Amino acid sequence: MTAKAIELQEIDKRFFGVPVLRKVSLSVFCGETLGLAGENGAGKSTLMNILGGNLQPDSGSLLLAGQPYRPRSPHDAAKAGIAFIHQELNLFSNLSIAENLFLTDFPTRAGIIDRRVLRRRTGELLDQAGLNLSPETPVHRLSSGQRQLVEIAKALSLDPKVILFDEPTTSLTQREKEHLFSLVARLQSRGLTLIYISHVLADLTRLCHRVAVLRDGQVAGCGPMKDFSHDRLITLMVGRSLEVQFPPPTSAPAPEPILEARDLTRRGKISGVSFCLRRGEILGIAGLMGSGRTELARLLFGLDPLTGGSIHLEGRPVQHLSPRQRIARGLAFLTEDRREDGLCLDASITENISLVAAASYTRRPLGWLRLDSLRLAVAMIRERVQLTSTARDSQPVRTLSGGNQQKAVLAKWLLARPRVLLLDEPTRGIDVGAKHEIYTLIRQLSAAGAGILIISSEIEELTGLCDRILVLASGCLHDEIPKAAFDPERILRSAMAGAAASTPSSALP
Amino acid sequence: MIQSPAAATLRFAPILLFILLLAAFGLSSPRFLEPQNLVNIALQSSSTAIAATGMTFALLTAGVDLSVGAIMFVAVAVAGKMIHHGQPVALAFCAALAAGAAFGALNGLLVARLRILAFIATLGTLFAGRGFGLWLTETRAMNMPESVTRLGTDRWLGIPWMPLAVLAVVCLLAHTVLVATPFGRMIYAAGHDAEAARKAGVPVRRVLFCVYLISGVCAAAGGLVALTQTGAVSPKFGEQKEFAAIAAAVLGGVSLFGGRGAVLPGTLLGALLIQTVENGLVILNANPYIYPLVASGVIFLAVLLDSIRNRAQLSLPGGCQAAAGPSKARS
Repeated sequence: MTAKAIELQEIDKRFFGVPVLRKVSLSVFCGETLGLAGENGAGKSTLMNILGGNLQPDSGSLLLAGQPYRPRSPHDAAKAGIAFIHQELNLFSNLSIAENLFLTDFPTRAGIIDRRVLRRRTGELLDQAGLNLSPETPVHRLSSGQRQLVEIAKALSLDPKVILFDEPTTSLTQREKEHLFSLVARLQSRGLTLIYISHVLADLTRLCHRVAVLRDGQVAGCGPMKDFSHDRLITLMVGRSLEVQFPPPTSAPAPEPILEARDLTRRGKISGVSFCLRRGEILGIAGLMGSGRTELARLLFGLDPLTGGSIHLEGRPVQHLSPRQRIARGLAFLTEDRREDGLCLDASITENISLVAAASYTRRPLGWLRLDSLRLAVAMIRERVQLTSTARDSQPVRTLSGGNQQKAVLAKWLLARPRVLLLDEPTRGIDVGAKHEIYTLIRQLSAAGAGILIISSEIEELTGLCDRILVLASGCLHDEIPKAAFDPERILRSAMAGAAASTPSSALP
Repeated sequence: MIQSPAAATLRFAPILLFILLLAAFGLSSPRFLEPQNLVNIALQSSSTAIAATGMTFALLTAGVDLSVGAIMFVAVAVAGKMIHHGQPVALAFCAALAAGAAFGALNGLLVARLRILAFIATLGTLFAGRGFGLWLTETRAMNMPESVTRLGTDRWLGIPWMPLAVLAVVCLLAHTVLVATPFGRMIYAAGHDAEAARKAGVPVRRVLFCVYLISGVCAAAGGLVALTQTGAVSPKFGEQKEFAAIAAAVLGGVSLFGGRGAVLPGTLLGALLIQTVENGLVILNANPYIYPLVASGVIFLAVLLDSIRNRAQLSLPGGCQAAAGPSKARS
């Protein structure tokens, strides 16, 4: 048996109290390529970031070639011979290829960069990466695929023993992808150890010797690639965790539409998406990362301009309206990142909750705020969303837990009495109890006649709550599944098939 | 890859603007394009251009140095005081440069060590510097002896050579550092994305410290050049020079968002451009009250150009997209 290049022992990691990895143990043998599969949020990238030194585990240990390994930074990892090709590219687009590769290690003569040596050494690395470009080319002129190859050349400059690939093909065209794969094959033949994360199961089958499946931060299965059919992989990926109970529906959706999207298009992101949300309906949007889920919600809310199509809210066109005007017409958008976009973290609970609706609590003619009635409204809405009663109204929301922060965002929107809610990952990173309370709230809202659109990476959440699920892939509507046919495997398979079938530039309807 | 005409126009906007201005003023007044006048423009812009060169370093890291004018004042106050006490001019000038370095180091400490926003930190040192300078000079003007003014007026081939020589040395040195040294390239990386630079192993804090140190020394040098030209330290010396310096750099293509721009031709051209406008207005006998309006127009144009350029940069394919997701590293 060959030696172990990397051994992970009982790795635990939590973000804000929510477990992301639970006792993950995994071995990678020297010279093999290990595929890593799993749903969005299963913990794949977190695991790679721990190996790559970007994150530190809460407990557990790492062994590198049998030696204890505790990288405190990406720099440590690089010194230990581990290179990490990130999903988001980390190049400096204002510098040239050569400068990116040798930023911290320029060849110099008398303090001046030796451009001749730099060009030669960069040329060698670009050759290895199979990239036929001048070392002086500014990176901002490169395509995503070329940038990916430059990242790999950068990794090779460190002479690594292990290379981690985190979904390297998401933004590549078919040709660029083939190029990448032949490069991976060459790295394999050089005896390098690779870990390869991908959503595209066919790619895993093609490139990997062994595969490990992560689910809810645990290893759900691991073994030789040939033992795992695509069906088996998908079954392992979606196997359910029965922690959360979904409240049952109390009413059926009304027949009349409340939000209609016709042929929504935004060049390069969304193409020809049409659907109809009915009063009292909970409509789910499933899709992998990069499928255009968030972009769709942004279009509906008016944050990005449409390049084609129309949106009707309660029968009236709204596509020419600003987000502010759409809010006035009864639209609400709970963003996917509450810390960045949803909350003013240092402002108080009251200030955050009253942000959207404050304008309707003013006294004419000068527009002074009616603080007493606003305060009363905030108190009522706090109770409605069950925000923790131990927090004072004046307390900054930064001090709240993730679940309570999310409730504060919801309260903010509910105060404006929306008739259509767009919820982008409404329960990401919050604990089970708070999740259940938010689900209950969503049910109540739909029973009261609101139309609700939920975007979620957790397929279970969609099947548990929704009346209907749309599958989005590469910016197109790929599938529509009625409640009777809900099946997590079908949804995931559909999302993955859609993503594999079309590259961003050649999206199929 | 081929640049679109719009992108090319943006890129060469400073040069196009410069040529356009020269042509316009040249057509309206034949005196304008006389060699003597062009030399005058270069001379009058030299002190601002030197300070703007230092400012370029700060701007490239996506920071700013608002204390440039105050540092100029402190530097010449130190030099003037020493000369009045009978110290040799060379020693006084060295002390002035040291004072500039000290103030620059203070800025660097505040920004890089204590992580105070550059705008706030240098706004603070602006007031500290002006106060310190007023205290040093007892708010009185000091006239410089002929040994100082001679430096600014001594002619070689009919041209007062010293200000231009200092300008040339500073610009060439700065250009070399930015383009051809590892430190220079790290400035660009840190300005593009400080967090990514830190992850790539760039000593970002040290880079930031050095940047403000350089800006301080350049400001002092610019102040000394102005001193040799005006021959007096007044309580208003260097006031609002920081804005002229920022305008020059940004007009020359240095981005307020960091990571883009150069001293040659960029900042130098920007400084010449501003001086050309002022000189042209004088030659055309324009109403002096118009000057601030035109100056504000120039600054506005500079910042507008930068915003447009920045937007163009962001909308490039595969530009800086923030790929957020559950798997994104939370570090």
